[in-house]
Amino acid sequence: MTIQFNDESFRDDYSFYNSERAIKRFPFPFHEDSYMYSVNMEQHRGGPKDSVYEKRFDVDEHYVSEMRDRALVLADDPLRCQSLPHMTLAGWDLLELIMVSKSEDYPDLFELHRDGNTWRWINKPLGIDDTFTFLDEATLPYGPMEYITRQAQGDFAVLDQRDDNLWMDAGMVTTQADWSLDFDIGMNFFEWHAPVPLAHEKGIFVRALKFLLNIQQGAPARRLNWTMTVNPLLDTSPENYHKWGIQKTTLTPENIGAKQHLRVELQTFFRLPRSNALVFPIRCYLCSFQDLMTVPKWGRRLHRVVRDLPVELATYKGFIANRPMMLDYLENFDDGLPTSPGIWPDLETEPPLKT
Amino acid sequence: MTKFTFPESIKSRPIYGTLEAREGSAHLLVADAHGAEALLEVATPEMMAKAHIMYIPKGEDFEAKLRALKPASFYSGPSYAAAEPRLLKTLEDARMGLQVYLAGTEGLMGQAMNAAMAAGIPYTAIQTEHRGSVARRMQCVHCKGITEDVETDPFVCSHCGLNLFVRDHYSRRLAAYQGVCIDAEDPGNVPEPKGIYE
Ligand code: HEM
Repeated sequence: MTIQFNDESFRDDYSFYNSERAIKRFPFPFHEDSYMYSVNMEQHRGGPKDSVYEKRFDVDEHYVSEMRDRALVLADDPLRCQSLPHMTLAGWDLLELIMVSKSEDYPDLFELHRDGNTWRWINKPLGIDDTFTFLDEATLPYGPMEYITRQAQGDFAVLDQRDDNLWMDAGMVTTQADWSLDFDIGMNFFEWHAPVPLAHEKGIFVRALKFLLNIQQGAPARRLNWTMTVNPLLDTSPENYHKWGIQKTTLTPENIGAKQHLRVELQTFFRLPRSNALVFPIRCYLCSFQDLMTVPKWGRRLHRVVRDLPVELATYKGFIANRPMMLDYLENFDDGLPTSPGIWPDLETEPPLKT
Repeated sequence: MTKFTFPESIKSRPIYGTLEAREGSAHLLVADAHGAEALLEVATPEMMAKAHIMYIPKGEDFEAKLRALKPASFYSGPSYAAAEPRLLKTLEDARMGLQVYLAGTEGLMGQAMNAAMAAGIPYTAIQTEHRGSVARRMQCVHCKGITEDVETDPFVCSHCGLNLFVRDHYSRRLAAYQGVCIDAEDPGNVPEPKGIYE
């Protein structure tokens, strides 16, 4: 299928919107009516047709506008893209992984032609047609990681693996849930996760790291993570928090359905072949409460999850002050009926909202 | 009372030890303010014969006592920034077997630790001991400016003037904690500053 790319903004007038298709395929992150941190990882081997799990790197209607937003963030703050000197090879690995995956998974949008080390890359949605020499940095306008991640939705952390740990030694981070690459670069798995509440005590990070260290080439993994964002703002960075934080106070009972967004990260993990680094793409999906409520199962469930979420998590995720207003809104979509297991919308089988 | 027991904290926060005299081909001891007390306790005549002491008094009165240890080389300077070129040269010239001892404030130890690691000193040859002020070296996450010796939470960024709260999240690369705007969601509502562990 060909994708109609939206012309939309993630700042100022916030013209971002989800089509009906985008709502149906939104990665709703709750497989049951409650939520707690867990080692929620599974193989990334495709998924239901047209779901965000189907392709290695999902490309959707927001692609072109998200890449425009990334360019704006980088022009304002080049420190959002950094790579320590020993990570250049991993950058080439990543460039190869994305070019090969996208050209195979979306042949109508992307083409890769390889003749030895001479590569021609065609990105039709962004109007790019470049020929370069693989592994020769001088032949690209940016370093390899920056070049390819300016053309791929989602943030990217590239982790060096040594001393039985992972080290955040490179990244492209412009759509983050309030953490700073510039601050965290060079940290190990436990250090960059230090601010997360409860999960260390539950042993989650020890088990998660063990899993990640053993990820093999060709056998990627994935998990979902989520938070809340007022307005469809991609760049919820700590760097700019003094500018966007105030937007959290603009919610009213009248505008909350349109303004409050569930923010979901599809996180995947790929082993890279030459560098043995691990790449961690963090793909951000936004959906307004009112769009989510068009799926009866999600309406019921979101109310229950938000209501019962431990205070520590609601505080860490930054919506403790707005939780009461969210619940006043969400309870209108919870008629107390049971929900089916799993994250899928189940529109054919779940009953409509009882009024 | 210049020893402080830090409360349990998050995993990015460094943990400091107690200096002990070790065998070494040479000894580099770097301290500020009350860190001098830790050097006085660890120093032995044998160590001092091959020792270089670098000291930043910050108004404390330990210089005479340190000199009296008779180290092979002694330096006293006004700030870490002023001492840095000499420190880097010393580290660059270091031979195998150098032992490094760092004592005093977190800001001094963090920066000197980075310099030593960058010079290739194995981290098993570097010891640290916190003494004296619990002030922190803070990076403003907004403007990226570093404010040294921050004693209160919140504090005013010395570069951009935002009111920042003091996080426990620590970057070894920057040798700094993170400061984040405290009144972003309620401009002007800035609590009275308190001492960091009060
Ligand atoms: C190696 C890849 C990973 C990277 C680069 C990464 C990075 C991060 C970062 C930067 C944060 C924000 C921390 C802050 O507050 O400053 C975070 C949060 C978190 N991470 Fe990871 N992470 C990785 C893998 C995992 C895995 C495998 C798990 C599995 C359980 C996990 C669980 C979490 C949780 C539970 C949070 C808190 C999220 C929230 O409540 O919104 N992470 N991660």
